Amino acid sequence: MTGLGASRRSPLHVQHVALGAQFTDFAGWSMPLRYSSELAEHKVVREAAGLFDLSHMGEIEVTGPEAGRVLDYALVGAIGSLAVGRARYTMLCHTNGGVLDDLVVYRQAERKFLVVANASNAVLVRALLGERAHGLAAEVTDRSAETALIAVQGPASAEIVTAVTGQDLTDLKYYAGRPAVIAGHDVFLARTGYTGEDGFEVYVAAELAGAVWQRIAETGEPLGLKPAGLACRDTLRLEAGMPLYGNELHVGVTPFDAGLGRVVRFDKLGDFVGRSALEARTHTTRALVGLAGKSRRSPRAGQLVKLADGTVVGEVTSGAPSPTLGHPIALAYLDHAHADAGTQVVVDVRGHAEPAEVVAVPFYKRSR
Amino acid sequence: MSVPRELSYTKDHEWITEGEVATVGITAYAAEALGDVVFVQLPEVGAVVSAGETCGEIESTKSVSDLLAPVAGTVTEVNQAVAEDPALLNSDPFGAGWLIKINRAGSDGELLTPDAYDELTAG
Repeated sequence: MTGLGASRRSPLHVQHVALGAQFTDFAGWSMPLRYSSELAEHKVVREAAGLFDLSHMGEIEVTGPEAGRVLDYALVGAIGSLAVGRARYTMLCHTNGGVLDDLVVYRQAERKFLVVANASNAVLVRALLGERAHGLAAEVTDRSAETALIAVQGPASAEIVTAVTGQDLTDLKYYAGRPAVIAGHDVFLARTGYTGEDGFEVYVAAELAGAVWQRIAETGEPLGLKPAGLACRDTLRLEAGMPLYGNELHVGVTPFDAGLGRVVRFDKLGDFVGRSALEARTHTTRALVGLAGKSRRSPRAGQLVKLADGTVVGEVTSGAPSPTLGHPIALAYLDHAHADAGTQVVVDVRGHAEPAEVVAVPFYKRSR
Repeated sequence: MSVPRELSYTKDHEWITEGEVATVGITAYAAEALGDVVFVQLPEVGAVVSAGETCGEIESTKSVSDLLAPVAGTVTEVNQAVAEDPALLNSDPFGAGWLIKINRAGSDGELLTPDAYDELTAG
């Protein structure tokens, strides 16, 4: 049924078929939605570890003596000052300050950066980085087609990744990455993720992905590792309060609207695309907040948030029943006057006024 | 995916038994497409339903779907077990995961034979 219209297949497609995955079309890619039950997969990531295929993500390499300058100009973050081996969460903005994509950038070497873009935006990010590099000594290369991305996320992930790489990972900090070897193959290993758990992401040449996936799966199995699909990834990221491009983030909002103004580095040297627009747009009228639902129906993207008297005060951007917490959770843009934690609201869920309370995000925080 | 031969089906993936009091559920195909069902809203016993009209909601982690009445009539029974444990819809959609019973009155909606439903969901 689903997935048949998708034109691109992950280098791990054979593995997913063998595991009995149900596929979904995601940004033109046929990707595993779930292997068994998304609730079971969600739980496994919270309690042991999940193995994800994220090969649909875009990987764009920026290299050369002025690579750091290119990224400082093209993105809102301070990238040129990043230490080798470290990563940063940042955004690509329109000249008007609107968010075009949220990205993770790794500095792999003094003159080599890896920019990871959302699948749906990979082509745009590649094109704009190329355009914004104009005249500077740097090369922008799309590595998406030749790169696979495998994630191991969950409390058991460090033990599993230690076992497959032979590395002591205690000095690999969150948002850091370095070379490693898995199943005899060179990979780039990063301690990053999108689930709210400790976790790792493995960038590997597409033709080696099967062997690397297999080694991690076999090594992790006794420690509780199971393959996990995109369905549970979405509930995991929502519990972790992380924004999703297309829902919380889009060209109609600035990083300040999304409560992520900290990623905009006005203090960095030189101009950057969007600077003047963003300087004028630091003031926001709405805030991105968490909602905890008090009934069983979940708020969903696009539904209106109201006060008890029916006044509309905002709109839901993402919502789902939280598998970990046992009640519905949602992210919503609300007018500042009604955005304080503890505020009681109702969400118009398909004609039913369902009560909810504004709460702090993340909804779920792992114990360290 | 082949379906039980003794049932009729709708294009909206409900199944229904023959007879004056018909049992209604959703197909395994629908349950798999929805993913893990976490909430089911069923009509009250005694509710009068019309063929093709919404009479309940089925919510999974990802989305919400309407339950459409396949035939017109009066609801005589709702499955409390599935309201309490919506996962029954995933584990046994043609059995313990049945949803409602309707005392047929008036005309049925458009119902499909098992073969026609197989064809609809093939590929």
